[in-house]
Amino acid sequence: MEHIRTPKVEQVKLLDRFSNKSVTGTLHLTATHLIFVESNSTSAQEIWILHHHIASVEKLSLTTSGCPLLIQCRNFRLVHFVIPRERDCHDIYSSLLRLLRPVSYDELYAFSYNPKQNDQQREEGWQLIDLAAEFERMGVPCDQWQLTDVNREYKRFPPNICIGLVKSVVPHLLCFSNVLQGGGHLYLFVSCLQAAVCRCSQPLSGFSARCLEDEHMLQAISKANHNSRYIYVMDTRPKLNALANRAAGKGYENEDNYSNIRFQFVGIENIHVMRGSLQKLLEGVGTRSLSMTDYLVGLENSGWLRHIKAIMDAAIFLAKAVTVEGASVLVHCSDGWDRTAQVCALGSLLMDPYYRTIKGFMVLIEKDWISFGHKFADRCDQLDPDPKEVSPIFTQFLECVWQLTEQFPQAFEFSEWFLIQIHEHVHSCQFGNFLGNSQRQREDLQLKERTYSLWAHLLSENQNYLNPLFSPSFAESHPVLEPSTQAYHFKFWRNMYNQYDRSMHPRQSILKHVLTLQESNRELEGTVQALKTKLQKFGVNTSPLKPQTPPREEDAPASTGGERTVEGSSATENSYGELMGSFGSKNEPGVVTLEFGVARMTC
Amino acid sequence: MEFAELIKTPRVDGVVLRRPFMPTVEGTLCLTGHHLILSSRQDNTEELWLLHANIDSTEKRFVGSLGTIIVKCKDLRVIQLDIPGMEECLNIASSIEALSTLDSVSLMYPFFYRPLFEVIEDGWQSFVPEESFKDLESMTDEWRLSEVNKDFSVCPSYPSLLTVPRDIDDESLCKAASFRHGGRFPVLSYYHKKNGMVIMRAAQPLTGTNGRRCKEDEKLINATLCAGKRGYIIDTRTIAVAQQAKARGGGFEQEANYPQWRRIHKAIERSNVLQDSLIKLVEACNDQSHSMDRWLSKLEASNWQSNVKEILTTACLAAQCIDREGASVLVHGTEGTDSTLQVTSLAQIILDPACRTIRGFEVLIEREWLQAGHPFQQRCAQSAYSNGKLRSEAPVFLLFLDCVWQILRQFPCSFQFNENLLIMLFEHAYASQFGTFLGNCVAERGKLQLSQKTVSLWSWVNRPQELERFLNPLYEPNNLVIWPSVAPQSLLLWEGVFLRWNRSTKCLDEAYQEMVHIIEYNKELQNKVNSLRRQLAQLETEDSPLQTP
Repeated sequence: MEHIRTPKVEQVKLLDRFSNKSVTGTLHLTATHLIFVESNSTSAQEIWILHHHIASVEKLSLTTSGCPLLIQCRNFRLVHFVIPRERDCHDIYSSLLRLLRPVSYDELYAFSYNPKQNDQQREEGWQLIDLAAEFERMGVPCDQWQLTDVNREYKRFPPNICIGLVKSVVPHLLCFSNVLQGGGHLYLFVSCLQAAVCRCSQPLSGFSARCLEDEHMLQAISKANHNSRYIYVMDTRPKLNALANRAAGKGYENEDNYSNIRFQFVGIENIHVMRGSLQKLLEGVGTRSLSMTDYLVGLENSGWLRHIKAIMDAAIFLAKAVTVEGASVLVHCSDGWDRTAQVCALGSLLMDPYYRTIKGFMVLIEKDWISFGHKFADRCDQLDPDPKEVSPIFTQFLECVWQLTEQFPQAFEFSEWFLIQIHEHVHSCQFGNFLGNSQRQREDLQLKERTYSLWAHLLSENQNYLNPLFSPSFAESHPVLEPSTQAYHFKFWRNMYNQYDRSMHPRQSILKHVLTLQESNRELEGTVQALKTKLQKFGVNTSPLKPQTPPREEDAPASTGGERTVEGSSATENSYGELMGSFGSKNEPGVVTLEFGVARMTC
Repeated sequence: MEFAELIKTPRVDGVVLRRPFMPTVEGTLCLTGHHLILSSRQDNTEELWLLHANIDSTEKRFVGSLGTIIVKCKDLRVIQLDIPGMEECLNIASSIEALSTLDSVSLMYPFFYRPLFEVIEDGWQSFVPEESFKDLESMTDEWRLSEVNKDFSVCPSYPSLLTVPRDIDDESLCKAASFRHGGRFPVLSYYHKKNGMVIMRAAQPLTGTNGRRCKEDEKLINATLCAGKRGYIIDTRTIAVAQQAKARGGGFEQEANYPQWRRIHKAIERSNVLQDSLIKLVEACNDQSHSMDRWLSKLEASNWQSNVKEILTTACLAAQCIDREGASVLVHGTEGTDSTLQVTSLAQIILDPACRTIRGFEVLIEREWLQAGHPFQQRCAQSAYSNGKLRSEAPVFLLFLDCVWQILRQFPCSFQFNENLLIMLFEHAYASQFGTFLGNCVAERGKLQLSQKTVSLWSWVNRPQELERFLNPLYEPNNLVIWPSVAPQSLLLWEGVFLRWNRSTKCLDEAYQEMVHIIEYNKELQNKVNSLRRQLAQLETEDSPLQTP
């Protein structure tokens, strides 16, 4: 609280990003949020912005109506305030500068956030997603694979845990092997074909170094799979990048030294390219009065969809190697926690229908992203870090999943709202799951004792995230998803990158409509039953209602959130032409009330 | 003329048909006067019946004695026929070429087609101007039906009956017509019930370089304004293009002569530019080898989406003038038969809930496109694969349908019809067994005696069996004006048309079926609950005297 100099400013104007509209209200600054409350009594909107969501604050030069303050958020919200007095503006500005750059983990919202749960509930929340159970589900341990606690103390390979290990490999071999492979982490996925997906970081091969133990390790992985004579090694980097790494004593596997490997580069760009790409994309789609030409040129120049396609192509390559050829695959990039995580997670999603369920998707994130040490703190800019470490790697993964939901509307139990909500909380620092850079750091921070789990929160309101068209039988007919990677199948994810620009969204949402109907169906089924019971008291027998939709396991009580809003839309919001004020045009009252894409605050 | 003369080889065996995303079919190829037919020897496999009129262009290739004809259709489909025997292949190719480019309208299939269904409601009689005028009469008495164009002498492209301001006599109309391109003087297009504002449409005024004026024209359009009110003239061309038109005798309304009107210029492209845009777009969509960058840059270079955005924006602007500003609107471009109709018809979809029903949409197409003289036959003679010299082909109507689809995407619950209806209209505008889209205007259709000699598309569409396919299960009527977003992020590529043959829609179709299923189940449950409640209520009233003695 000591950073807040001015907790409240009145008569603040909020300008719309794309039109000339503005609303007046009061700005409140609290220890955790910046809150704008519209003063218009009838349809007063409130905007809550979590300090952690703010990526940058900019004070623009003074105008006649006041001092403009531009706030850019990591969830792609952009707000433009005009504060009447410069002094107030400066106070808010400097307070925010301090608040949005916490210096220690203890300052993060997760450590003060209290959803009014007791310790037991908190503990249960953390136990919802259990990786040990997940390995059991995959069939590990088995005759070829065992679990090892060689990294128990995080000593050998500090940042990460190490779980999978081929039985025939003696432990000390593994140690050597991992020393060579840089950070060192191995992981497996066992499909019905006994093929495994393993991951690691790049080998420290330089120009000529080799490590017999590492070569043995790969051979052991290969031998554990009887279906294939060879093992694929996927280097997810462009070849040029891998070559450059050689000079630094790193690099990639020399095919001459490893027996029966098939080596493949897949060309996903590095974190710096991805960061720049997103920035260009956002600049493009944030422009006012954007023409179609500028939009498409901007989309192309940002390269964003090209990168998304590259990740998808790599995941499809992985899935094909495992499911069609029955070969095991070792995936790595440089460090093994960015591109590798993207490709392994997406590949798993393509191969295993379980990960397309709500619970399964949480497990997937927990396994491939959290436990294998994707550096969420650095990539999502949680503590005042190196701006060069920030990169939308995880966002890209979510987008790839969204692109899949567009091609396979019945394959996923969740809708895009689920993905958007996860994205929201990866940056919100409201829950403990994504804090820190590695499993070790998370244990040091005692997150399970001091913070709450996002998964419990999302599961408690999972009816908001259901995909009404999800068909469990789809998994039987399509155990492996085979998406098309034609360029025209990749679309711009408007509901993510323009999620707060309400005027751009469809005014009626099919998803919401069908969800409401499905909820109503469940209620009606109950009503029918109740009426029948009553009728039976009168001695009337009615034919049993044939259930047409399979009942869901996690049937949640109907929430009132499904209420549909008036399908209004406004002409002034859209700025079609140069009518502004020509004959004294009137502003239309804001009739659009959309919950869609507007993240719900959970305070 | 006998079609047989053109058919050198009527029948070839062992022909293989290849289509993307479909299994190959081997069978016998037959050519008839109007169809290319491929039927396999198996009973259950699908046959191909392709109207020659649907063929846009063909290509031949030879490998040894195996010939291949690639047939590119106006509905954008591309199919491949492998024909054994070089001579047969050449014969078939030249026959197709000749049959698909017949010049005479009276040889078209609609004149030979006999429906296999019983015509319950004759579509030729479904939409008569007197009917819509009755509706108008019930709301206002300021308009009248004029027969000034009875013999199509005042304006050849207008219908015989036109709605004009009551106070303007036929003589003034004739004078105003002589001041407008092609005689297309301002007529009523839409009356906004809510506030009495109107959309009128016309062709450009013939001001020429010396600034000609016409008192009757000024009087005519001023007659539509209430006292003290002002209106907007939306010229669909840029000011530069409109200026250039002066040199060719055309032009635009001088503000000094029309003081009650404010002119706004928009930039809807002319038809030849639109055709080029379509060709480029379809080429981009058919190239499977694209990298992401190439696809996006080709999509951009085609300018198709820009055209969609510009047309939709102009229509929204017209609707905004009417509903928000409370001002009447006059729309015109050059000839008043293309961009003008796109704008007036789209504005009505935005403003008028009736146009979002199937029947209302048919009325709209009949009134604003067919009766209003959009030259369908010229515009739809060739589609995206035309490689010859183009005359006046342009995807004006397709762009209109694309814009409707964009609005439908943004308001999926506000339309009684679904995407299938729009795709069907696109197909039939380019090649059809029905006579509806033949000819270029009402006068031409009368001469061709279409209503006697051909079947109307609407006779077929409005049969309950067919209608079902076009119904939107999400439809919930609302009386609101619907304002679409025209931000580039909100406008999508119409995959249902442009990627239709380049993707497998199995997953999407199944998902759609699931959605329909949920909706229908809901209705069923609601009925069940109601009937059970009634039953219970009945029992309770019967029982109550017994329980309370």
